[in-house]
Amino acid sequence: MKNKQVVALLGNPNSGKSSLFNQLTGLRQKIGNFPGVTVDKKVGFCRLSSSMDVEILDLPGTYSIYPNSLDEQVVLEVLANPKNPDYPDLAVVVADASNLKRNMLLFEQISDLGVPAILALNMLDVAEESGISINSGKLSKILGIPVVELNAREGIGIEGLKHTIFNQLQHKKTHINPPAFDKKSENIFDEVNAKFGIGNKYLALQYAAQAQKLMFLGETQQKDLEDIVKKYDFNADKFQSAETIERYRDISSTLNEVIIEEGVKKETITEKIDHILLHKVWGYVIFLSILFLIFQSVFTIAETPMDWIDQGIAFVNDFLKSHLPDNQIVSLLTDGLVAGIGGVLIFIPQIAFLFAFISILEESGYMARVVVLMDKLIRRFGMSGKSVVPLISSMACAVPAIMSARTIGSWKDRLITIMVTPLMSCSARLPIYTILIALVVPNNKVLGFFNMQGVALMGLYLLGFFSALLAGWIMKFMLKSSERSYFIMELPTYKKPRWKQVGFTILEKVKTFVFEAGKVIIAISIILWVLASYGPSDKIEKAESKVLSENPTLEHAKLDSKLASVRLENSYAGHFGKFIEPAIKPLGYDWKIGIALITSFAAREVFVGTVSTIYSIGADAENETTIKERLRNEVNSETGKPTFSVATSFSLLIFYVFAMMCMSTLAVVYRETKGWKWPIIQLIYMSVLAYISAFLVYQFLS
Amino acid sequence: MKIIFILEPKKVILRLFEISLNKIIVQTEKTVADLKIGERGIINNFKDAAMSLKLLEMGCLPDTEVMLDFIAPLGCPVGITVAGYHLSLRKREAATIVLK
Repeated sequence: MKNKQVVALLGNPNSGKSSLFNQLTGLRQKIGNFPGVTVDKKVGFCRLSSSMDVEILDLPGTYSIYPNSLDEQVVLEVLANPKNPDYPDLAVVVADASNLKRNMLLFEQISDLGVPAILALNMLDVAEESGISINSGKLSKILGIPVVELNAREGIGIEGLKHTIFNQLQHKKTHINPPAFDKKSENIFDEVNAKFGIGNKYLALQYAAQAQKLMFLGETQQKDLEDIVKKYDFNADKFQSAETIERYRDISSTLNEVIIEEGVKKETITEKIDHILLHKVWGYVIFLSILFLIFQSVFTIAETPMDWIDQGIAFVNDFLKSHLPDNQIVSLLTDGLVAGIGGVLIFIPQIAFLFAFISILEESGYMARVVVLMDKLIRRFGMSGKSVVPLISSMACAVPAIMSARTIGSWKDRLITIMVTPLMSCSARLPIYTILIALVVPNNKVLGFFNMQGVALMGLYLLGFFSALLAGWIMKFMLKSSERSYFIMELPTYKKPRWKQVGFTILEKVKTFVFEAGKVIIAISIILWVLASYGPSDKIEKAESKVLSENPTLEHAKLDSKLASVRLENSYAGHFGKFIEPAIKPLGYDWKIGIALITSFAAREVFVGTVSTIYSIGADAENETTIKERLRNEVNSETGKPTFSVATSFSLLIFYVFAMMCMSTLAVVYRETKGWKWPIIQLIYMSVLAYISAFLVYQFLS
Repeated sequence: MKIIFILEPKKVILRLFEISLNKIIVQTEKTVADLKIGERGIINNFKDAAMSLKLLEMGCLPDTEVMLDFIAPLGCPVGITVAGYHLSLRKREAATIVLK
């Protein structure tokens, strides 16, 4: 047998495709990219029998093979090109049984492209509740392909599906039932077939109808197809609308034979919930309360495990230092590596909580209601209600958020969303916020139950949100576009979140964070340790001997600490910091913070790691403390006051709310906008905004 | 107004006629945007060809029954039930679906 066969999962959004994917593959999955586009490609492996493993490819959810967004375009790209390495040997079309008619449209189109298929009827329980029963055996007979009953949420029917996939791969069956083609279409088919060798009529007509969207064809072939279209005066829109109407007619008559609907439709639970959640007052109150709850819990619940991690790292460092000889290698291990790893691990609780909440909002179907609630408000700011999803997800991370903006059909709406999304505070900013807030905001309760620090945190998030709106509003006037966009969106029924699915999301995101961000943070921590421990020529030695000769009587511990700080001051890192000090002094930062600012250009989360590395090098080794205590004890050598004063801390907080300090975000904006123009504009406007705001805050508070 | 009138009187009159004609059409054709909450209607045709492609795909077919479920707090978007599920669309989009 050839190497692994590919089974593609297809289906409408909200049909339960992703839970089926998780059921089939378990944890044997990986995320990659489709060549040429940045759409996530989820691939997993599934064992069908002792001798057969197949690759399961999760394709983006779509309503038809006529794409309206970049995500959906991937489906066409893969299915219209049998030479594509991802072209499936078999398609499993997942259909929401409670809404079979609309789901069948995609199934019919995929089948007509010539892909062998299985129809998986999912959510039969929901269908039954609304009085719909389906005779799947009869449906299978009519269609001529296997029809499988599933409950992907509960994992019922998975073994049967695997068995069916196994059998279908041995004896592939296709269901070809294209709409009637008129004379013009037949002529076009003949020409496309002659030129491209495509024997499948429906596929050949897709080449003609959607030539511009088939990237794999290349320009000359697209040009050839356009010529054919022109020659026959082929109207792709008319073809599509006639096809859709005819298919629905055909599907209706098929379904009439297999579906029994009984009982008068009562008001469903979803409708009852919508009365409250979309209420003109309660809708907004509830939405804001949910957001508030998220921030309170991210701050308060996550605090305990974060303290454990912080203390754990300090303990490990202490242990290593006291049990290993005092030399350069050990210093690299403890002050460089362990401190750096600590800076990564400590974010895990907060990231996990944030992603848990976001995935619960999406899973339950509430996110779609937020889109409805916010559309009109947010449209004033140059975006669409659909921008809410990227804006909210960017509270976790701007990179997936900017990628999720692909569901926005209009280029202008999408561009504005991409440009302002990084202003929303992401989880990488959380550690900076957390530490600085803990330093300057008292841990008091207001009105008995609001945690002051939680309120301050929410304030920073709101600041990011409102500045994103403002930036969008300004860009609305600067960007001109005559392109039309539409909103049309399915409102899924409310569902209980599947905890397993939420767990998968948390695991996936935390894993990505630890490995992707971790790599950068650890690398930078090590580089930083080198830069902070060595200096140009013999400056460090000279400064050391100067200290020794000046303070001959000082006791041992104090001398050590003084030595450490002059060593840092004269190191490479110290020189960098001093070099930029004039520029950042008006913001209230000293050269040590300057070092952290430079390194955090790679990624914001590096800031805390850097600060922790710098101050642990500068601190006396006998008394290893947590990051927070280290910062609190840091004293400015010139003024004798704490370095992290109220003014400096708030200035830093504001700086990080606005600053575009994330290479990955710049890279993803470059990929999504296909050029350097927009990422560069974004970098400049956000940096200027950050500098000016931090300046004003510092000058005002000090 | 006067200057335009001198320049192209025919066009201005034609334009005025068009506007009043449009008004009559708007008044006579009932669309989904005109429905009250809980009210039903049967789809007749679409005013906007490009948008109709997406609407058709989502199951808004001629002769299908639609019901207005809700109007969002700020008057837009609206929610409808069509083909057994819930769809949300902007008021401007709903106004392109002409009812019988």
